[in-house]
This record gives sequence, C-alpha cells and structure tokens, in this order.
Amino acid sequence: MTQTTALKLGVQIRTGKISAAEAVRLSLDQIQRQEPQIHAFLNVTEEYALKRAAEVEEGIAHGRYTGPLAGVPLAVKDNFCVEGIETTCASKILKGFVPSYTAQAVKNLEDAGMIVIGKTNMDEFAMGSTSETSAFGVTHNPWDTSRVPGGSSGGSCAAVAAGEVTAALGSDTGGSIRQPSAFCGVTGIKPTYGTISRYGLVAYASSLDQAGPIGRDVSDCAAMLEALSGQDPKDSTSLNRKDLDFRRYLREDVRGMRFGIPKEYLTEGLDQEICDTLKEMETELRKAGATVEYFSLDLVEYVIPAYYVIACAEASSNLERFDGVKYGYRASDYEGLHQMYKRTRTEGFGEEVKRRIMLGSFVLSSGYYDAYYLKALKVRRLIQEAFLRAFQNYDIILAPAAPQTAPKIGESLQDPMKMYLSDIYTAAVNLAGIPGISLPCRVDSRGLPVGIQMLAGHFQEGKLLQAAYTYEKIRGEWKLPQGQEV
Amino acid sequence: MKRITDEVMENVEILAKLELSEEERKKAAEEMEKMLQYVEKLQELDTEDVEPVTCAVTLENVFREDVVTNTDRHEQMLANAPVSKEGQYQVPKTIGG
Repeated sequence: MTQTTALKLGVQIRTGKISAAEAVRLSLDQIQRQEPQIHAFLNVTEEYALKRAAEVEEGIAHGRYTGPLAGVPLAVKDNFCVEGIETTCASKILKGFVPSYTAQAVKNLEDAGMIVIGKTNMDEFAMGSTSETSAFGVTHNPWDTSRVPGGSSGGSCAAVAAGEVTAALGSDTGGSIRQPSAFCGVTGIKPTYGTISRYGLVAYASSLDQAGPIGRDVSDCAAMLEALSGQDPKDSTSLNRKDLDFRRYLREDVRGMRFGIPKEYLTEGLDQEICDTLKEMETELRKAGATVEYFSLDLVEYVIPAYYVIACAEASSNLERFDGVKYGYRASDYEGLHQMYKRTRTEGFGEEVKRRIMLGSFVLSSGYYDAYYLKALKVRRLIQEAFLRAFQNYDIILAPAAPQTAPKIGESLQDPMKMYLSDIYTAAVNLAGIPGISLPCRVDSRGLPVGIQMLAGHFQEGKLLQAAYTYEKIRGEWKLPQGQEV
Repeated sequence: MKRITDEVMENVEILAKLELSEEERKKAAEEMEKMLQYVEKLQELDTEDVEPVTCAVTLENVFREDVVTNTDRHEQMLANAPVSKEGQYQVPKTIGG
C-alpha cells in the first residue's frame, strides 16, 4: 500500500477489497518498520484509529460516509487539537496537554471518514524550517536519513514520503507545508487565507496561519482540500466560499494559461539544479500550449524582514497564554506568581521560540511599535499589491520552494538568520494571503527531490490545481524513495 | 547606534515574561541587534500614504448571537492544569498577608 494514493486506497475500501481496519493495520505496520529510522510521529494513536475504523466501516455500510476518502488513515501535525489525544506542538511547555475538543480542520476530515492514526513531529510551535527545533527529537528525511525533512510540517511530510500514510494534515505560516513537501518529494497546498477554519489549530501568527493537505499527488490534495474547506462560525476569519468543488479542476489542459517566473527568484542564492528544474518546467508547459514569461516581481528583498516582524509580533502575543496555569508545564521552583510565569516559560520554551517571542515583544513595545510593527504592516500592503499586479498578467507564478534541496541535520540551526532567509520564496505567499502548491518535479544529483511551487491569485485554487495536475501528468509517475516498497 | 541597550533588554524580558541568565541575555541581545539591523531595511520604503494590512484577505466584522453551543467540559479542562484545587485553577498567592 505504500506506493498507492489516498484516493486509490479509498476506492479499495469502498468496494470492499480491503476494510478500513485493514488499511489502518497496513499503515501501523509501515509505521512500525519506518519509525526507528524516520521519527515522523510524536504519538501513534493505534487504539483510537482501530476504534474509528470500526465506526467508519459501519458508516460506509450505512451510507453515512460516501466520500472518496472514507476509511483512509491520516497523520495530523501536532499543532491541531484532537479531543482526547495529547497535543504538544512539539514543545515541553505543552507536554501532557489533552484537548477537550477537536480542531475544525480535523473534524472535517473525520466527517469525510478519514481516520486519525497519529500526531506528527514539527518545529516547536511551528517556528523553524527543518523540524529540528522540536523538543522531542529530530525527524529524518526518508530520501536520506542524514538530512532534515524541512519544516515546520516535517513530520507530516516525512510520514507520507515514508509510506506510513497516504495523507497528512499540515499548517503553513511562512512555507511550513510547501517547503517540507519539496524536501520530502510530496505534494502540499496552502490555500487562500480563510479557506480552512483555524479553530483548534494552536496559533503561531494568526494573520498568516493556514491549514492545508499533504499527499502523494495533486488529486489527493484536491480531495482533501474539498473536505477541509468551509466557513466556520468558530473562526471569524474563515470565509464563505462557494467554489469548493476542487476536483472538477483536475483536468489536463494548460492551453492559453499564462505562467510568470519572477526574475528576482533566479539569483545567486538559488541552487543550479533547482533553477534548471524551473527551466525544464518552462519548456514543458510551453510545449503543452501555455505561455511562460520572465517578469520583475517588486519588493522581493523586503519579504523576509516584513514577515519576521509580523510573525514574531503575533507569536509573542499568541504565546502569552502559556504561563503554567491552565495547561502543560509549570516550573517547580519559584517564589510568587510572576516568578512562576517567568520560570515556567524560560524552562518550557525552546531557544528558537524564546528568540521569536523576544523579538516580537520588542517590535510591539512602546516607542518601537510604529518604526517596526506598523512599518511591516504597511510593507505587507505593498507586497500584496505587487502580487495583485503580477496576477493581472499571469494566471500562475512559478517559484522555487526553497533555495536548496534538504540540508543535512545540524547544518541549519547554527545560523538562525540564514534559516530565516531560506523562507524567501514561501513567506510572501502568506503575507499576500494567496494560495500555493508545492509539487515534486525531479530528483537531483544527490538523490534528493526538487519541488517547485505554483502560486495563484486569491480564490484561484481551481486554476492552481488544473496547472499542477497538468504538469504532474507531463512529469509522469513519481516514486517514493528506494526502500519504502513493501 | 545600539538598539538593544541593557535597559531595553530588561524591558523585553519583562514583556516576554522570561528570566535569562547573564550569558543568555548577552547572546539574545546580540541576536536581536543583528536581526533588527536587517529588519531596518524596511525603512528604505516610503509608506507615508500606505494603509497597514490587518487582515490577509478581507476585513469585515463578524457578529453572532452570544449563546453557549458547547457542552460543559469543566473537568476535562481542569484536568490539564498543572495544579488545581476544589474545581479551580490554583496559582501562587498574589496578595500579601
């Protein structure tokens, strides 16, 4: 089952070729084989999954679950709450926290009949680009276990790449679905801001956070996105969209579509093989009847400064709630309330999280707010406008997902600034609120997958899926890394 | 010009509710200094007449009736507290006496 897709598995389950419980068992077996090398999961919820499998089987028999994903096992990033299952955000400060409710995104997938099989590793509170800031150990890239899976949804992407599940749920604040999808050779989508409810997704930077699907191919992601999307009264930023039948865009046709490649993205910092991959894609899309042009995208060098000011500011506010009172960790040695707060947070948060909370506290503080935070919000407007101008001329923007393929474990954390800069191609998408997909294109000379992003204007997921699906057909079959075959 | 003076750093620690050692404080100040130096690139742009973005896509007020829709989860929620007493969260004494 490790080379199958979620939709194919769904067909097998619906037609009775295998039961939902058998699908869960196959997944659990593969998890048991792979986890010693990969460590994609923080918690495998075997009992919960088998109980759900029985419910889902009965639901399929009684016509309660009629969707294409019914019975398919699902890995969930550990920043989504699931009632009764420990949710830690890979942080010591939330160790032992068991939510009393389920995130709406997870609930929507469960309503489609999917079966949560475990919670996946991530950068602590989604702050990082390698999954190495997790308080509970690093995740290894299934293509080369000496390398990182990317981050922050590294565990979810690695679980799909290792054949442990066919589908996973991630979240994306500055590239956290798209970059690890590229590093792990899987497909991931960050939809337009507001498409999926954030209720029960532990907030990092609320104005940038979006949930999204991670899968083996574009069709799986489209099916999951359909199930995930919808307005939720519990998230006032979720939107009332009518155009949610995404699977109807899965057709092979890019004739007349206009693609643009920002010249500013092809600079010195970009790996040559990734640049070559983009050019190959350019040639293939032209052959398929699309136009591809190079153009100048404004303000590219201001994306990372604006992104980090806004993300850290929001994080410092969102993470105030972790103070040793309502959940998780409390320091044992303190005098009085304030020292209890301080010691709990100092001992409970990891280095990267503290770094971002401090920067965020500074840019929001009296005397500096206008110069840093307000300035960044204004630059965000200019960056949004630059994208809107570009989408007047192009249906889709092509972009790398990261400047390099997956780095070695331990390489990135030595220089936080360098790690921040590697978000250059992804963070702008969150600032603009537009949708983006990352899909695997080829394997580089080191045997690592190269992923490319396609970006579209607000609410243009349909176009995005059609373009991505067409390219996927041109690319041909994509195999998981060697050794995953069972 | 140094942005993160000892005084600024002290204030940041209060706001962030963190307690750093002398060594950690020195390192944190250096890292912030470096990051802010980079972030100041934003000052190159003229944003005089630009409206700040406060919501990514649309911004409109969302209203609903103030009614309870969830069931009582008192016990489950309290079970997550590091310390609780008689159905309440327990915190260290905050008033003298």
